[in-house]
Amino acid sequence: MTDLMLTVIKLAFLLVLWLFVIAAVGVIRADLFGSSKAAARAAAPRAAKPPKPAKASRTPQRSAQGGQPTKLVVVQGERAGTVIDLSGVPITIGRANDATLVVTDDYASSRHARIYAQDGQWIVEDLGSTNGTYLGRTKVSRPMPIPPGVPVRIGKTVIELRK
Amino acid sequence: MPSLGEQIRAHLPYQRRNAASLALLVFAMVLTLSAFAEVGLARDGKIPTALFGYGGALVVLAMAAYFVQAKFTPYADPLLLPLAVALNGLGLAMIYRLDLDTSHDRRVAAAAGKKLLPDAADAPSQLMWTFVGIVLFVAAVAIMRDTDKTDAPLSFTPKTAQRYTYLIGLTAIILLMLPIVPGIGREVNGARVWIFIGPFSVQPGEFAKLLLVVFFAGYLVNKRQAMSLIGKKIGPVSLPRGRDLGPILVIWFFCLGVLFMQKDLGTALLYFGLFISMLYIATQRVSWVMIGVGLLAAGVFIATLLPFMGHVNQRIDIWQNPKPYFDGGCLMESGKVVPVNPDTEIYKKWDAKGDPSPGFSACVSELGGEYSDSAQLMKGLFSLGQGGVLGTGLGQGEPWRTPLSFSDFIFDSMGEELGLTGLMALLLMYALIVQRGMKTAVAARDPFLKLFAGGVSFVLALQVFVIVGGVTKLIPLTGLTTPFLSQGGSSLMANWILIAILVRMSHDARKPAPQAIQDEGMTQIVSTR
Repeated sequence: MTDLMLTVIKLAFLLVLWLFVIAAVGVIRADLFGSSKAAARAAAPRAAKPPKPAKASRTPQRSAQGGQPTKLVVVQGERAGTVIDLSGVPITIGRANDATLVVTDDYASSRHARIYAQDGQWIVEDLGSTNGTYLGRTKVSRPMPIPPGVPVRIGKTVIELRK
Repeated sequence: MPSLGEQIRAHLPYQRRNAASLALLVFAMVLTLSAFAEVGLARDGKIPTALFGYGGALVVLAMAAYFVQAKFTPYADPLLLPLAVALNGLGLAMIYRLDLDTSHDRRVAAAAGKKLLPDAADAPSQLMWTFVGIVLFVAAVAIMRDTDKTDAPLSFTPKTAQRYTYLIGLTAIILLMLPIVPGIGREVNGARVWIFIGPFSVQPGEFAKLLLVVFFAGYLVNKRQAMSLIGKKIGPVSLPRGRDLGPILVIWFFCLGVLFMQKDLGTALLYFGLFISMLYIATQRVSWVMIGVGLLAAGVFIATLLPFMGHVNQRIDIWQNPKPYFDGGCLMESGKVVPVNPDTEIYKKWDAKGDPSPGFSACVSELGGEYSDSAQLMKGLFSLGQGGVLGTGLGQGEPWRTPLSFSDFIFDSMGEELGLTGLMALLLMYALIVQRGMKTAVAARDPFLKLFAGGVSFVLALQVFVIVGGVTKLIPLTGLTTPFLSQGGSSLMANWILIAILVRMSHDARKPAPQAIQDEGMTQIVSTR
């Protein structure tokens, strides 16, 4: 083995090493740089939940463009008619005094459910309530996105997201 | 209006990426085989026979792992397995290469009738532990079920662990404390992190790391609401309630306890950083991070003040100023460092008395200071310097001159032979694993799994930072293993289990949501599996 050969082998190995890294990045390039579908998602950065107010302050702008809901309306129950503006801050619903929407309802738990924004979508999550949260006719067993117009039932209270 | 199932699917446009995973895996194996080939060509001018033994074994293992992954977790992240195989393979090649030199040294030493090297690179045993690690990966991926199949009998999913949160936390603490137990624990290289059972030595901290992630995730998933929403606001910082702050203080004291008793700064830093990061992921409150960093700073400051924490003091002093400690230095009460290396008079005096470790005895008995030796750190830095930008080429450097060049200092060995160019590629591989883990956490639908995936990714990142930062003198050196590269069974097993958990969770997060039954119209499709 001449020194020249060894140098060539050394450089070739480093090249293979970097090609491997580049290939790995290539496999997930849709995640990093965005293909057509991923570009749309990249525009709405994935915020871990609950989103920080600073990050979430962009949500209304996005909602205006994408036709996303801007307010939460109580359509049934004691608080019927109440409207809460969706600013991106997570909304907690329950009997506890520190909830965003306090419901005085024997069928609701003190910390019943939570609604938060993620990727420009509003997600409802049941916080281990006694009587459960329903999205349409589905029981919410894990965080679920709320389609516009679909009622969310918490005890005797029904809320909807509206534009 | 599209059905709920369709909406969720549109939200997660993930596909099976098995072909990409297989292609990358083949690439990873080519990389490993090239590394073995380069070692052989540089040393003997021919392809080494070890290429077929070690390389063949790794190919078989990796393919088995791939088929199990493709069968049981078809939607798994395509990058995790190939990256882990590549790092493991490169580590194996480097250990094989160091083994060639040290086994030569051992032969020479044996021929000259000298005592054998106690610690040495051992490629066959590393291959055996790689085998054990990949078997554990295969078993874990095959045994764990999808999280929505919890109703099946005897089903075990990553979420099952949530039920045993406190039991797992207790197990982690017991594991961590084991090395302090007299009889099975022993101090090695200034830190007490090993236990010895018969012929085997185990580093329980490597496994405790994973269990602690489970404990923190389980604890925080229940408390995060209270932690992020309730509390007194003082100025810009909102302070949590005492009962929520309690656990963090307990962990703080516990980490300091580990620090005191095991003299293991790295592990304490790892666990504390892990807890802080998971608190942040769970609550998104910067105030928690500030409280945590403040407590850590206070802990380290107290540690440097206490007289019996000489070990930590020395580490910090060596970090700031390693030169006087080369081959032995003595830290005096006044903070001055007196060299006691073999060139000094005082060393020769004690050597003439026939003392087995003259530098240590001279320092402790005559000067009354704290002895330590920065030769390892400095030789590692010389290694990096020797490597430069492009490295010497595998098999052409002399990385074996650094003590523990095959375990704690394998990153410096890589640096000598692959250069900065190679190290950057290695760091990017770690970064990609961590990125995939974080991506899995973001995509996970269950809060516990989110925290679990986020935690294991972060612990891997922090471990790489602590050890790589240590051997490159960015932060004080503390002994931790370099994941997948370092020689050692505990580390390989724990890290392969970590990858298996991430693979299973990424499959869970990326697979299409099941069809909502009520949108099916008249015909209801009932899944029986």
